[in-house]
Amino acid sequence: MLRKILTTAAMASALMAGAAQAEPMRIALVAKALGIGFFEAANKGAEEAAAELGDVEIIYTGPTDTTAEGQIEVLNSLIAQRVDAIAVSANDTDALVPTLKRAMERGITVISWDSGVAPEGREMHLNPSSAPLIGNTIIKLAADHLPDGGQVAVLSATSTSTNQNVWIEEMQKVMGDYPNIEVVATVYGDDLADKSYREAQGLMQSHPDLDAIIAPTSVGIVAAAQAVTDAGKVGEVNVTGLGLPSEMAGHVKSGASQSFAIWNPIDLGYSATMIAYHLAKDEATAEPGATISIGRMGEVTLDENGEAAMADPFTYDASNIDEFSSIF
Amino acid sequence: MTTTTAPRQIPNRLTSPAARALKSWESLLLVVAVAIFLMNAMASPYFLDPWNLSDASFNFTEEAMIAFAMAMLIVAGEIDLSVGAIIALASTAMGMAMSLGAGTPLIVLVGLGTGLLCGAFNGALVAGLGLPSIVVTIGTMSLFRGISYIVLGDAAFTGYPASFAWFGQGYVFWVITVELVIFTIAALVFGTLLHRTSFGRIVYAIGNNATAARFSGIRVDRIRFILFLLTGLMSGVAAVCLTSRLGSTRPSIATGFELEVVTIVVLGGVSILGGSGTILGVVLAAIVMGLVTFGLGLLNVPGIVMSIVVGALLIGVIAVPRLIFKLRT
Repeated sequence: MLRKILTTAAMASALMAGAAQAEPMRIALVAKALGIGFFEAANKGAEEAAAELGDVEIIYTGPTDTTAEGQIEVLNSLIAQRVDAIAVSANDTDALVPTLKRAMERGITVISWDSGVAPEGREMHLNPSSAPLIGNTIIKLAADHLPDGGQVAVLSATSTSTNQNVWIEEMQKVMGDYPNIEVVATVYGDDLADKSYREAQGLMQSHPDLDAIIAPTSVGIVAAAQAVTDAGKVGEVNVTGLGLPSEMAGHVKSGASQSFAIWNPIDLGYSATMIAYHLAKDEATAEPGATISIGRMGEVTLDENGEAAMADPFTYDASNIDEFSSIF
Repeated sequence: MTTTTAPRQIPNRLTSPAARALKSWESLLLVVAVAIFLMNAMASPYFLDPWNLSDASFNFTEEAMIAFAMAMLIVAGEIDLSVGAIIALASTAMGMAMSLGAGTPLIVLVGLGTGLLCGAFNGALVAGLGLPSIVVTIGTMSLFRGISYIVLGDAAFTGYPASFAWFGQGYVFWVITVELVIFTIAALVFGTLLHRTSFGRIVYAIGNNATAARFSGIRVDRIRFILFLLTGLMSGVAAVCLTSRLGSTRPSIATGFELEVVTIVVLGGVSILGGSGTILGVVLAAIVMGLVTFGLGLLNVPGIVMSIVVGALLIGVIAVPRLIFKLRT
């Protein structure tokens, strides 16, 4: 075992020395599966970062379907090629750990993005956003279209959904910044299209002066937009929150939703590449509190779990919905 | 059953139209394996590295362990499509044992035991009730995995003891992994069982004509039951290796394994209709599959293209001998 570590370490360092001279740095961007618009878009961002950095070659790869076993085969072949860095969106938090540990033993920089790997299997994890940023974004989206203030209601997923509850809690914390906005109700559509639809209808009936519905769930936001359209209240009640561009395109065009937000996969791929590059070049270290530059996106700071949040969720409206609705 | 002379010199299939082609099946596979090996070595500078080849062996060892037992089952004219689900259930059982504080030896026993029980369940339905194995195992495929999903939901068992990692991540010496050793032992055991014992001859006899075998005094159902037990047991062995390699259990573990296993068996020259095939062919087929997927992976060929190549290889290797045979006659 010891001899194995020694030989691999020697091999890795010899190779890294060789690579540093002329060859471009090879960064592997590993998707959950190939053929998914979200990851293809992330690859675009990675290529953008590579063009900006100059001496980087992106290897965009992933298994055929979203299995941990398939991803491990892909990772094994990347380790064998002695790529300089691996940035992976994991199909399984735990199952990739032994393989990624071996990658790190052999001198490869490993980070996870989008869908994380347990801390012992990566140097850091890049979240697309963070709970405080999301909480602030969803109320800001509503407030931006209500310059004179007004009533808003929240249509959430289930009352026990951890994500949504944390986001709404964070939203409540920043309500002081929006003095004219009043949250009149919080209802739960259980992430079911029909229940969310009925809850949205109920909101409009019980609060006739309602100005906006905030749905921080991709199921709820579509159902609410449909309910507003069917009630003939387009223009009166603005639906916003978190949704997928492909599902929301029609409602943005009809005006039922002025704008909504979700992470931008292009920015995510771009930032993951930037971080992998800086870590592999030893221009940055992945330790709690460390700050890593992510080019045009600014910089990220690692928390005590080695996780970092990229940015505010990206806002989609009539100006960019067509570009993104074909991606994811 | 009372014959005293060792069974020998009996053709596997008297009336097979491809009998002549089958004689050279293993040599054909060997040629394919060597060709792919050389192509890989030329295409990628990283291929001829002992550590890389050792890592690559994980692409096929677990599937191959099951493929040996599956080959015998298919030779006997049956099939087991629940092997992936057996792995899921065995892995879940091991996770439960681990969370109840079991040590490594007990965890392994639980894994093997669950595999055996699942095999016994399949075997009882097929051999006991006389149901078609393809129907039974499509059912148990959902059943076994369904139980794992009920137990685990979207959670996972993690935190297996460090000593448990030996099976899927350990090395016996230098680059030889524990899984490679298990693979080799399994190949020898199943090769001996199928080709050097009367049990093996009986398996061929059942695959060629189960009714004739029954009239010859062979207890067909008992043999079938034993074959399902063996397949369950080997799925349990694979579950131990895979769980150890992943260091965790999720109900989606080993999804799609059954088709990969059947692909190896068929590529290895085992007739899907039963009655013919060798373990050597299965060993070579497993190595061919491992070399192809690893070689293409080194070139970063997308997985979708990889499945096309594997499919084409399977059809090619099976069709070519038959084509040659047809052209000759």
